Amino acid sequence: MFESKAGVFFIAGIGFFVLAFLGNGVVPMIMYKDRPEKTAEELVEGNRRVLVQFQDLSERWPEQFAAAFGEPTEEKCAEALRLGRQVYIGEGCWHCHSQFVRPVSNESLRYGPVSQSHEYDNELQRPVMFGTRRVGPDLSREGGRRGNDWHAVHFFKPSVVSNQSPMPEYPWFFDGSPDKPNRRGLAVITYIQWLGSWLPEYPYYEELAEVQGE
Amino acid sequence: MKTAATAPVATAAVPSHEELVDERIVMAHFVAGLGFLTISMLAGILMALQLVHWNPLKGIELLAPGRWRMVHTNAIAYGFLANAFLGSLNWAIPRMTFHPVASRALNWFIFWAWQVIVLATAIGIVVGPSLQDQAWVMDLAKQWHLPFSLGAQGLEWGETPFWIDPVALLGLALVAVNFMVPISKGKGPMYVANWYFMAAFVWTFLTYAMGNLLPEYTVGGTSAGAIGGLFIHDLVGLFVTPLGWGLMYYFVPILLKKPVWSHGLSLVGFWGLAFFYPLQGIHHFLYTPIPMFLQYGAVISTIAVELVVSTVVINFFGTLAGRSSAIVDNLPIRYFYTGMVFYFITCFQCALQVTLTFQKLIHFTDWVVGHAHLVMFGVFSLWLFGIMTYLMPRILHRPWWSHRLCVYHYWLSAGGLFVMFLDLALAGVFQGYYWASLQPWDVSTIGSQPFWITRVFAGLTMFAGLLCFLYNLWMTWRTEPAALPASGVVSA
Repeated sequence: MFESKAGVFFIAGIGFFVLAFLGNGVVPMIMYKDRPEKTAEELVEGNRRVLVQFQDLSERWPEQFAAAFGEPTEEKCAEALRLGRQVYIGEGCWHCHSQFVRPVSNESLRYGPVSQSHEYDNELQRPVMFGTRRVGPDLSREGGRRGNDWHAVHFFKPSVVSNQSPMPEYPWFFDGSPDKPNRRGLAVITYIQWLGSWLPEYPYYEELAEVQGE
Repeated sequence: MKTAATAPVATAAVPSHEELVDERIVMAHFVAGLGFLTISMLAGILMALQLVHWNPLKGIELLAPGRWRMVHTNAIAYGFLANAFLGSLNWAIPRMTFHPVASRALNWFIFWAWQVIVLATAIGIVVGPSLQDQAWVMDLAKQWHLPFSLGAQGLEWGETPFWIDPVALLGLALVAVNFMVPISKGKGPMYVANWYFMAAFVWTFLTYAMGNLLPEYTVGGTSAGAIGGLFIHDLVGLFVTPLGWGLMYYFVPILLKKPVWSHGLSLVGFWGLAFFYPLQGIHHFLYTPIPMFLQYGAVISTIAVELVVSTVVINFFGTLAGRSSAIVDNLPIRYFYTGMVFYFITCFQCALQVTLTFQKLIHFTDWVVGHAHLVMFGVFSLWLFGIMTYLMPRILHRPWWSHRLCVYHYWLSAGGLFVMFLDLALAGVFQGYYWASLQPWDVSTIGSQPFWITRVFAGLTMFAGLLCFLYNLWMTWRTEPAALPASGVVSA
């Protein structure tokens, strides 16, 4: 059996793969199967924290916003989130920024509450954006921590607002200058402002005494 | 003619080399693989330069480091490793089973289809994000609530845009059929290498299907995280690893001219790997909301596989015993055994870093990046360089143009990689402590600069090794065909 074709094909090849898939994949699938997956529209509905930012974008850069999304409605916000997430993935943001706060290494002091399963039950986490590397900080509680103008300048030229940041520049999110974000730029800023917007409060780790070096 | 009396017996039982092996396709896969390796390494250098603020191509959309970072990993797995494996398998399997592949025409179809898939993936990753905002794509996404992406999809090594996935799956199925036919024609128990190959064909297809269909279309959230972890893990463990070890079980005894030391250990190694390796996917996402008991299971089976790996490495060093001078005078053997030492280091590192204690510190840091380079370049790329160094003169029917350049290739690749590994592992420890000590984020990126600068030079060293190899290959190709010396193997 151990050296026969059938043994290798059926037991090692198919059998062990399926066993591992059942244990590592199907078990969590069954455990979480009753949790409804929210659509982007459901995520936006009544979510004041992200809608305020979306509204702010439309007031801050009215011409750019009108050309890209028209009116700052909930429906348009969902559209922006969907596109913003694709920009986030397509530009490889997720290779340098994680989206989960671990219960160790003082992360809940730096970022806010430890990530929980229900935070990922939505279409924007498909595939889930846990991430595998942090060149830049975790982003899962980034929403609302900084203003839209900060994000615009940061995407245009990160080193202007972030000391010696190694992050690449994204001038193609703008029509020439940081006060003219285009559709992709507005979408990705909306997406960043959405992250963590489901939580009741902003974690301001910068204000902690330990962080201030006191 | 002197052997005429014995020859008929031999030819009746054993088809000639020309009947078995299509040397042109072996070479074609090697050359395509080296082409993708060049692209991949350039992409890696671009990202490395970005991190140390030396990117000379800033602000150019189609040269965005983030996009090329994905081409870097994607082209190494599917462009270089897969091509080099397919080339080597086209030599090894027919010669081992005495049966040619199912169809040479199919072989060429696979070759071209595979290049189209890898190139289309790279183009999709680089150009796709600029075109993502097409009305029809976003309408599809809205209607189905699924991530229809013209560019990369959000899973490492699963970046392949959704419109390429079905073609890639078809390609993998054809590869399996083409090689399973000669394997299945053999009588009786199979040789070790064929256990690994046969299992790898099944696993690669299943793994690719799982990772490119489930987390995108079927399950979301935390469950997708569990499957995604399983996918990136299985791609190394069930595609790259078994093909690599299978080739070692084929080439090492041939080059050393002696059988593998212990058949028992071969059995333990294969079945242990087959059982434990797939169980570990979740160890990539420790401390996530994935249920804790599953995380513990993944940790334990990872430590178990380290014991299994030890038996495999012991088996190969047992085989080397008595012929250890081959390390010095036989360059392919030196590549193989260097890779095995790196493999042992990788797996030993794995057994430590997978523990929850270690994860606290090194998860998300450059430690993991160093680990990944040690596996993909230090082990499997070195093995494939060794196989190419051995096979290319045989296929071209002429010795290497320059032995010295072959040796330079070895030292620059292995040396550069080892420096990169140590550098990134150390960087990871620093980053982990910077973060845990709650200093402002800039402290960690500024503090990483010395390590990142070292990494640029280590990468350039590895790339210089590749350039030596490419130049040597070019010059070898231009020389006149000649008989190889009787000893055959490239000596150094």
